[in-house]
Amino acid sequence: MMRHLISAADLTRDDAVLILDTAEEMARVADRPIKKLPTLRGRTVVNLFFEDSTRTRISFEAAEKRLSADVINFTAKGSSVSKGESLKDTAQTLEAMGVDAVVIRHGASGAPYTLANSGWIDAAVINAGDGTHQHPTQALLDAFTMRRRLVGRDEGLGQDLAGRRITLVGDVLHSRVARSNVDLLHTLGAEVTLVAPPTLLPVGMDNWPCEVSYDLDRVLAKSDAVMMLRVQRERMNAAFFPTEREYARRYGLDGERMAKMPEHAIVMHPGPMVRGMEITAEVADSDRCTAIEQVANGVSIRMAVLYLLLGGNEPAVTHARTEESK
Amino acid sequence: MTKILIRGAKVLGGEPQDVLIDGETIEAVGSDLSAEGAQVIEAEGQVLLPGLVDLHTHLREPGREDSETVLTGTKAAAKGGWTAVHAMANTFPVADTAGVVEQVWRLGRESGYCDVQPVGAVTVGLEGKQLAELGAMHESAAGVMVFSDDGKCVDDAVIMRRALEYVKAFDGVVAQHAQEPRLTEGAQMNEGVVSAELGLGGWPAVAEESIIARDVLLAEHVGSRVHICHLSTAGSVEIVRWAKSKGIDVTAEVTPHHLLLTDELVRSYNPVYKVNPPLRTEADVMALREALADGTIDIIATDHAPHPREDKDCEWAAAAMGMVGLETALSVVQHTMVDTGLLDWAGVAERMSANPAKIGRLNGHGRPVSAGEPANLTLVDPAYRGAVDPAGFASRSRNTPYEGRELPGRVTHTFLRGRATVVDGKLA
Repeated sequence: MMRHLISAADLTRDDAVLILDTAEEMARVADRPIKKLPTLRGRTVVNLFFEDSTRTRISFEAAEKRLSADVINFTAKGSSVSKGESLKDTAQTLEAMGVDAVVIRHGASGAPYTLANSGWIDAAVINAGDGTHQHPTQALLDAFTMRRRLVGRDEGLGQDLAGRRITLVGDVLHSRVARSNVDLLHTLGAEVTLVAPPTLLPVGMDNWPCEVSYDLDRVLAKSDAVMMLRVQRERMNAAFFPTEREYARRYGLDGERMAKMPEHAIVMHPGPMVRGMEITAEVADSDRCTAIEQVANGVSIRMAVLYLLLGGNEPAVTHARTEESK
Repeated sequence: MTKILIRGAKVLGGEPQDVLIDGETIEAVGSDLSAEGAQVIEAEGQVLLPGLVDLHTHLREPGREDSETVLTGTKAAAKGGWTAVHAMANTFPVADTAGVVEQVWRLGRESGYCDVQPVGAVTVGLEGKQLAELGAMHESAAGVMVFSDDGKCVDDAVIMRRALEYVKAFDGVVAQHAQEPRLTEGAQMNEGVVSAELGLGGWPAVAEESIIARDVLLAEHVGSRVHICHLSTAGSVEIVRWAKSKGIDVTAEVTPHHLLLTDELVRSYNPVYKVNPPLRTEADVMALREALADGTIDIIATDHAPHPREDKDCEWAAAAMGMVGLETALSVVQHTMVDTGLLDWAGVAERMSANPAKIGRLNGHGRPVSAGEPANLTLVDPAYRGAVDPAGFASRSRNTPYEGRELPGRVTHTFLRGRATVVDGKLA
């Protein structure tokens, strides 16, 4: 395993399958009366959140606590700039406190990469979402959910998603979830199609390993999973689309559209959902929608990532602080 | 007065000749000149150029003396072979009055390392709304001839039209920072393959090109000249080439970094590569080199933009835009243009000295290396090879994208009106 998890693009197929398989083991812990493993006892993990995200933070926190790590939550509202303290000073402060891993959420694309490569800190860095760049644990939990539903819980072990047809719908331009998923799903052998109005697709994506369509209805019948991305209402004011109604009509998933999907196909959403915008309540509440499962799976995936980066089977690659790096 | 004999230098890269400086002037250029009474500089193998003239420098004073001062900036300029620099107007306070431009001009005279010609703001506070007192700045002791809101675009078409017209009264020129503001809101890097992947806000080429297209048409309509700062795209080159073919009085500049670096470097998220306009693609770099060689682009200007360490030692989005360039410009030009065979040293002299002086209507600079001319001269050792070491910079800031990179050429001597400001690569 690698030392940091910055981008889904950094994972090989075998890395990714190992994480998914490990997450299955972790999921079994959740079925026990005492949902706790001693693996990270005595290790300190800090959740460094420069951006509000209660869902992601508590998911990491649950994962860390189930692995018996000591958890510090550091919520710095707003950017480092508005706060007055630089990312560098924050990092060095944490380093001085002797943390073993930093889970970072930051509004600036590349901040986790900079943290991991700047020499400011020696801890393992896990990207919990950076700007519009990457959110690798989200992509992993999505892949985990797909593998469970489309391949099977036990049958899926050791398997990737070869040949599965996955459709992502919505605001690709501003989505770190979309970027991470395209990278990881491609690595796992899936065929990815992105569906969005042209305004919400980035310029310069011609080489991405996926198909692009502007027409949701044409791809639904050929999808094993349809992932709806959150669309912020404010985008309307920047002329990305004319009205909420028109967006919902052309790119929203309602019952009628869901009926065009194959029987076995699932509907996914990274949350939080904007009901009535990208997804109707009827679809969101149907048993084909995996949004709640994704939340549960998120804890298992984050446990697996923390375990493999910090306490995994090879202690040699874990975080060992040397004298000269202090 | 002291006499200096530069012996055996290749004048503009030509045959070795001797150049005798007497006082502030070049007394003679020829073979086997007498060294009697003169200090001799053996310059075998070196290239002698007219002192370089930068049309686009940020000296930061007044207001941001933590990043550069007129004194440190002109020292850096002298080390880079420059004998005159144009100090951009985006200081604090903005150089939009006769008072501020005179202050900068006076600080330049006191420094003594390099002539400082202030650029005046086009609009009050660089806000793009109301014309600054362009006439007063021109009539001041600073004698401003170049006006620019650089850092910001004069995006209002009417204001731009009026400015172009107004400065005709005294043969001034407006230097446009071409950046359509709405198309570049939140822009962090070139919009393309790399920005799509990195999730950084895109700065599309069309935001530069659309303003250039508008401004060359405006210049044609009102019969003014216009200068375009830091061209960065192949499309901009095409528009300027078209405008020149129509006889429109447009001049254009390119920075050394846009001749060498591409947006692929942004993958490191290292803010040392963050600059405005942003680093573009390989195809743009090649188009800019070609345009500089064929004369479509008239000059090289550094856009030397010093920033203190804390403004670059951070995440990409929080970092300031800009790179220092005075001390590395000639090396980058040798590397990208001379060593590639695109340009000879006479061509370099034209684009780094004669042409910028002409655009800025700057007297006493950009002159031929011949008897009777002011002794503003730069001696370069083109055989030198060495890694760039920012610790040795005279600039107060270190935000260079070339740290550790091996670049050719080194300025050994710089003469400002006969006085050596740099000797053997060190400040005199």
